[in-house]
Amino acid sequence: MAKINIVEAVNSALAQEMEKDNDVIVMGEDVGVNGGVFRATDNLQKKFGPNRVIDTPLSEEGIVGTAIGMAAYGLKPVAEIQFSGFLFAAFDQLFSHAARIRWRSSNRYHVPLVVRTPGGGGVRAFELHCECPESYFAHMPGIKVVCPSTPYDTKGLLISAIRDPDPVIFLEPMRIYRAIKEEVPEKEYTIPLGKAKIAREGNDVTLVTYGAMAKYVLQAAEKIQDKVDAEVIDLRTIYPFDSEAIINSVKKTGRAVIVHEAPKTSGFGAEIIATINEKALLSLEAPIVRVTGYDTVLPMAKLENYHIPSEERIIKGISKVMSF
Amino acid sequence: MARKIIEKFEIEYLQVLGEDGRCDEKLMPKLSDEQIKKLYETMVLARTFDDKAFSMQRQGRIGTYIQAKGQEASQIGAIFAIEDKDWLFPMYRSIAALIARKQPMHKVLQYFGGDIKGLESPKEVNNFPISIPVGTQTLHAVGAAWAAKLKKDKNVSLAFVGEGGTSKADFLTGMNFAGVFQVPAVLICENNQYAISVPRKIQTYAETFAQKAIAFGFKGIQVDGNDVFAVYKVVKEAVDNARSGKGPTFIECYTYRLADHSTSDDALKYREKKEVEEWQKKEPIERLEKYMRSKKLLDDAYKEKTAKEAKEKVEKEVEIYEKLPMPNKEDTFKNMFEEMPFQLKEQYEEFMKNG
Repeated sequence: MAKINIVEAVNSALAQEMEKDNDVIVMGEDVGVNGGVFRATDNLQKKFGPNRVIDTPLSEEGIVGTAIGMAAYGLKPVAEIQFSGFLFAAFDQLFSHAARIRWRSSNRYHVPLVVRTPGGGGVRAFELHCECPESYFAHMPGIKVVCPSTPYDTKGLLISAIRDPDPVIFLEPMRIYRAIKEEVPEKEYTIPLGKAKIAREGNDVTLVTYGAMAKYVLQAAEKIQDKVDAEVIDLRTIYPFDSEAIINSVKKTGRAVIVHEAPKTSGFGAEIIATINEKALLSLEAPIVRVTGYDTVLPMAKLENYHIPSEERIIKGISKVMSF
Repeated sequence: MARKIIEKFEIEYLQVLGEDGRCDEKLMPKLSDEQIKKLYETMVLARTFDDKAFSMQRQGRIGTYIQAKGQEASQIGAIFAIEDKDWLFPMYRSIAALIARKQPMHKVLQYFGGDIKGLESPKEVNNFPISIPVGTQTLHAVGAAWAAKLKKDKNVSLAFVGEGGTSKADFLTGMNFAGVFQVPAVLICENNQYAISVPRKIQTYAETFAQKAIAFGFKGIQVDGNDVFAVYKVVKEAVDNARSGKGPTFIECYTYRLADHSTSDDALKYREKKEVEEWQKKEPIERLEKYMRSKKLLDDAYKEKTAKEAKEKVEKEVEIYEKLPMPNKEDTFKNMFEEMPFQLKEQYEEFMKNG
């Protein structure tokens, strides 16, 4: 088994699925000759040719809109949107079409489409290159949303997303694209969409997170392990999401902290809290704490670290819920 | 160094059948007498349905309805040029096209009556659900055509868009993708002169809509959209080209919306009655009748028979529609995904319990 990072895990999943199924194609800006600006599609065009790894004109709605037509026809396109801040140009195509073609056609057509895009801040990227759009899509009936956090999960989840018969937004954690290397099986494997991972077992508090934040939440949990025995739930997918894993953990710990980069109000944390309230309210020993981005735009490089939940803020959140 | 003309373009216009019903035989497409009669009968059927659906809306028997009145030649002429295996990407006004493309009329009523099942395509053809957002279907047509090309199928995509739709980014980017990847798509703009109340002059400063294709590197042509022979001829050429690997075509059908935008609209607010009356004279069905009469393909008896049969067919379909059961309340849940995700399943179970 080779040690690879998240970008390489994406590449490996794409290559294996393309090898296995001729209907799988990759399309997007710079994905061909250049191998993607993050190199996630590196060498794929060489291997599979320009008809299966397609450099498109610079138009996000064009990429997603044509991919919808291709998917309905019978291909399985994996479209790359270079940065998630540019995905909004394709919002109408996703909301009005991809998400509901199965329903509108009474099951005659369906859209096995994956839209891959890097999300989240922390890499001193340019404006609108580091957005957290997951909740918009989790709120969009007909769309699944995947937010992997490790190389192993990335590969297994991406293969599941490609094989899924319905549209999936695959939000890759840009900040940790190359920050984690781990052993990933060379052969194919899948991780089911909708199943969370207990990234760390513990008894005192449940930390719920997903995507790039998982790494920092785990670090925070390790750092305070002498004082607090924290359980970390990495959701992996936020629609559907593994409410059972959250509830079981909260019933055990009685306390919860939710961590995400996206703005607080109407962020996915609100949905998690509502779920806990519905199903485990009486197990709670303290009000749930959210450690999130603020209801502001994500500032540029010089100020972004004030906004993205840091290890320090996560630890403060844990202390607050523990000292109630 | 130089300053010179490096490209020049021309836009062709085609009319085969004049407003007076006289036809330029040299331009006439290859159509048998039987095919001409079939075109005529389908146009009469679509018009009869349109009138009926309009009155049913007024009586509260269906919801909002979008009339295709006056655009039968553009829509039906085009449909006659494609095959069952081709893919149709209609918009909300493409009702005459759908009727010509085997969509049962009771299904059209079912949709406008408030049941999504009406959009379901008959098995033998590939009719996409009509697009409600304007112009977005262009991209789906181009994507499907592209997929057909990549899979080496000989299938063609045909999409309809209004002249208002040509202002949308999705239309323009669709045209661009169609050109760049030389996909087998035929994109038809029904220029019916109005986008609800906004006249075509406000959609573009360009002399024609057809010329928009030039910017994307492929052929654009304008036809008299009320001349079913011209529409058929141009679309057939475009479909043949697409099928044989010669790429896309953009066709502007110059026509007129004889009805209001929808049953919720009153067009007299923004256009003169006189203008509508002038266009009524150029109307596609009467023009075809004049031609057929001159060719002895139509006499009073055949005309009456056609009208009577159309009426009977429509009434029969209305009857089927009105006997349709309520849609199953669980269908909405069931058709969102192939397999209901956990959250949805939980809601579904609660819904079924509580009603």
